[in-house]
Amino acid sequence: MRDVRADFPLLARRRVVYLDNAATSQKPRHVLEAMQRYYEESNANVHRSVYRLAEEAGAALDEAREAVRRFVGAGDVREVIFTRGTTESINLVAQGWAARRLRQGDEILVSEVEHHANLLPWQRAAAISGASLRMVPVEELLHPGPRTRLVAFSMVSNVLGTELPAARIAAAARDVGAAVLIDAAQAAPHLRLDVGALGCDFFAFSGHKMLGPTGIGVLWGRAERLEETEPLLLGGGIVREVFPDRATLLDAPAKFEAGTPPVAEAVGLRTAIDYLEALGMAEVEQHARGLARSMEARLREVPGVTLYAPGETRTAVLSFNLQGVHPHDLAAFLDQRDICVRAGHHCAQPLMRKLGVAGTVRASVQVYTSAEEIEALARAVEAARAEL
Amino acid sequence: MSAPLYGGLIVEHAKNPRNRGSLPDADLAREGVNPLCGDRLRVELRLREGRVEAMRFTAEACMVSVAAASVLSEMVSGATAAEVLAAPDSWLLDALQTELRPARVGCALLPLLVLREALR
Repeated sequence: MRDVRADFPLLARRRVVYLDNAATSQKPRHVLEAMQRYYEESNANVHRSVYRLAEEAGAALDEAREAVRRFVGAGDVREVIFTRGTTESINLVAQGWAARRLRQGDEILVSEVEHHANLLPWQRAAAISGASLRMVPVEELLHPGPRTRLVAFSMVSNVLGTELPAARIAAAARDVGAAVLIDAAQAAPHLRLDVGALGCDFFAFSGHKMLGPTGIGVLWGRAERLEETEPLLLGGGIVREVFPDRATLLDAPAKFEAGTPPVAEAVGLRTAIDYLEALGMAEVEQHARGLARSMEARLREVPGVTLYAPGETRTAVLSFNLQGVHPHDLAAFLDQRDICVRAGHHCAQPLMRKLGVAGTVRASVQVYTSAEEIEALARAVEAARAEL
Repeated sequence: MSAPLYGGLIVEHAKNPRNRGSLPDADLAREGVNPLCGDRLRVELRLREGRVEAMRFTAEACMVSVAAASVLSEMVSGATAAEVLAAPDSWLLDALQTELRPARVGCALLPLLVLREALR
């Protein structure tokens, strides 16, 4: 892939080795300029005005939705809902679908690698509906039971970087009539997506981890499932007819997007998608997998380093620890050398317990990450071993 | 060699923590968790005539937490519960003799929070 570093203003300004991309990515100039241009040239509220400026704003939102549809391989643009991010997308399904449709005796299955955002919403949905919730090893997701009504899992683990066998899990769930939600927060930035081929019902991801702005994310849902789902928020923009005591709602996606939508953020997300597609998602994918592999191979050479889930197919993310050194101390040491990594439990405390650690150090790459930066990380970890 | 990872007393106390371990005849014990990272720290106290006679701690924690617990264990000796509960965060933070980054202030305060819980 071409060297894209010059496209990212922050990386030119701050001399850092930025390896916290699983938390959030940096933004290319294209995204920032498109959002600025939207506010300077096309800003108006959408859908509720007849003047031409508002039409432009509405068109910008529609084009963003169409770009997302293409990006995830969906058939119908009406299945694409804008949310604030993965967390809101999952909460929407948990409260709008699971909490209302599941019953006592039903079961929700999630994998043990899940981020808290793909666990706590199901805890609440289970408490409200009376369904049971089980957090199980990834392999067990391939064997749902007759009472399983929903299987929720991440496509790529935010801690381990490992790729879960999403299509096989979804097929097994379908065999028992269970719905499938895929948390694609760590997958969407790096992998070619096709919700049809995956065979899922719901698919959630965030804009800000894939070169887009904060404050926008996506829930894709199969049309039949979205019909069964109630909105989280009620208000303007989602109604057909309103009376003092009741209202009838529009169909998806409108019924899920009460209030003024984040149009500038949608423009930013659309531009991020355009940017990634211009690089070529096949190349982006190869870059993320290749760097993750070489990072694993290089850190394996450092004595005292423990790698988590070594040897598995991984995308963009690697967790490790250095013997005798607390993850936060290692992260602080790396920060002294201008290397940004995440340390802690990564919002996955059940997984930490299973790994038997309080936390890990996590390094994660993006399209602008270079082999030299991985080498700089490895050398700094070697230095930490000598000095800490 | 580069600059020390942390300033003030932190590196020295983290490498040679005082009063680390458990207190066989403890009167009070309390455990706490740093929600940021999941670190655990346990404080055990022996009291005599309303004053803290000894504090020991056990922790699987970062250098900042361990050093803060070590410094605190020396400071608290001879203090009454009321004195400890009245002391502000700066009592411990100042004693560390360094400016911590915002994200790490919580690491330094973990032992003090656990101590307060124990004495409450």
